[in-house]
Amino acid sequence: MMLNLDFAFLTPAVLSGYVVKGFIFSLQLTLIAMLGGIFLGTLLALMRLSGRTWLVMPAAAYVNTMRSIPLVMVILWFFLLIPLVTGRPLGAEMSAIITFTLFEAAYYSEIMRAGIQSIPRGQVAAGYAIGMNYSQTMRIVVLPQAFRNMLPVLLTQTIILFQDTSLVYAIGAYDMLKGFEIVGKNFNRPVETYLVAALLYFVISFSLSTLVKRLQSRISIIR
Amino acid sequence: MNWDWQVFCRNTIDGEVMPRCFGNGGEITYLDWLISAWGWTLSVALLSLIVALLFGSIMGILRTTPSRGLVLLGNAWTELFRNIPLLVQIFLWYHVVPSLIPPLREVPSFLLVVMGLGLFTSARISEQVRAGIMSLPRGQRMAGLAIGFTLPQTYRYVLLPMAFRIVIPPLTSESMNIIKNSAVAFAVSISELTMFALQAQEETARGIEIYLAVTGLYFISAFSINRIMHAVENRMQVPGMIGGSK
Repeated sequence: MMLNLDFAFLTPAVLSGYVVKGFIFSLQLTLIAMLGGIFLGTLLALMRLSGRTWLVMPAAAYVNTMRSIPLVMVILWFFLLIPLVTGRPLGAEMSAIITFTLFEAAYYSEIMRAGIQSIPRGQVAAGYAIGMNYSQTMRIVVLPQAFRNMLPVLLTQTIILFQDTSLVYAIGAYDMLKGFEIVGKNFNRPVETYLVAALLYFVISFSLSTLVKRLQSRISIIR
Repeated sequence: MNWDWQVFCRNTIDGEVMPRCFGNGGEITYLDWLISAWGWTLSVALLSLIVALLFGSIMGILRTTPSRGLVLLGNAWTELFRNIPLLVQIFLWYHVVPSLIPPLREVPSFLLVVMGLGLFTSARISEQVRAGIMSLPRGQRMAGLAIGFTLPQTYRYVLLPMAFRIVIPPLTSESMNIIKNSAVAFAVSISELTMFALQAQEETARGIEIYLAVTGLYFISAFSINRIMHAVENRMQVPGMIGGSK
């Protein structure tokens, strides 16, 4: 084996010049898409469970369409379509944020749907019995329990989301991977930069998933 | 907007519409290119699926054995390939592995992508195979050993025939995922559907028609896998189990 690895060029100055900017965008994208996706996903889940055909059909169609197209193609579709809708070109970063929020909503909605369905029917009946209306029953009784039950799954999906943000490569947005790629090109050291990038993604994802596992055992409701 | 589906009948060199929509004698139309790109997508996906099933099953089985070392190996494998984004893994296979292991420099990038996608997916399959084996009552393993089977025989004749049937539904969704994930191969210039979409969109400026065709083919591919796996599931069902009552 010829190991000629040299990581000396990765000084703090180089990292803060190229990588930190991308890292912040990756984090931003993950957090916005998570919060927006969970919010929209919960609405989609409520639509699908409403029992009214005119709400169930569009929500189901949206979720199933998003889930059957490769994420890269979804990113490309939005990058193509958003300017046609808004009439002016949008930066790759903004386009990525909109795309990921709408795309992840489909996945989060499936998790929330399972979460809401896991709540015993009696809870809803109890809500109505003490005089709450539909939205109160959902907001005060059902959704808090569904969130709690599904928190580990929601967070696991968020770790997957964090890894998937690297796919903004397709439209050239400046994320963490792009930062490393540029450093690799500038210093002509692609091997080292990809290795460090992989290591960083691994450390972040692995520690987050270890935390989720620990959380899972702590918050499970004892029945 | 105006549709222009004729774009697929144009030849890729000067953009002239070909009379029969297929090129002849060295010239190819966008339709020809689309079909060959679909072929690449299916080849990448199916070969990766084979790699993934092979390594995923082995690692999943190792994680259920009584040997601590083997369990650790299986766990480490799964965590390693699960916690690095697929795109980064593809880049590692394409840029890093050949320069660390010189003989791999002769290997075509197509096979490197297959390894990347295959091993990435093997981590997920190992989880499912492990869960399938763990879902069996532990009496089955004990019974196998009690009648004098060795551990490998117990797996071969008692545990795996049940476990693999139990995990067919999650394997179905993983097989559909592999079709979708194969799109990432565009990043290392494999001429598959997403690569076609990117390049043809740029050359013809008919992005919507091109993307619709590509998205449609992804959909058809994933749906066919779903139907095939469903047929397998029906053939393999275990009589008397809830999932098998149809």
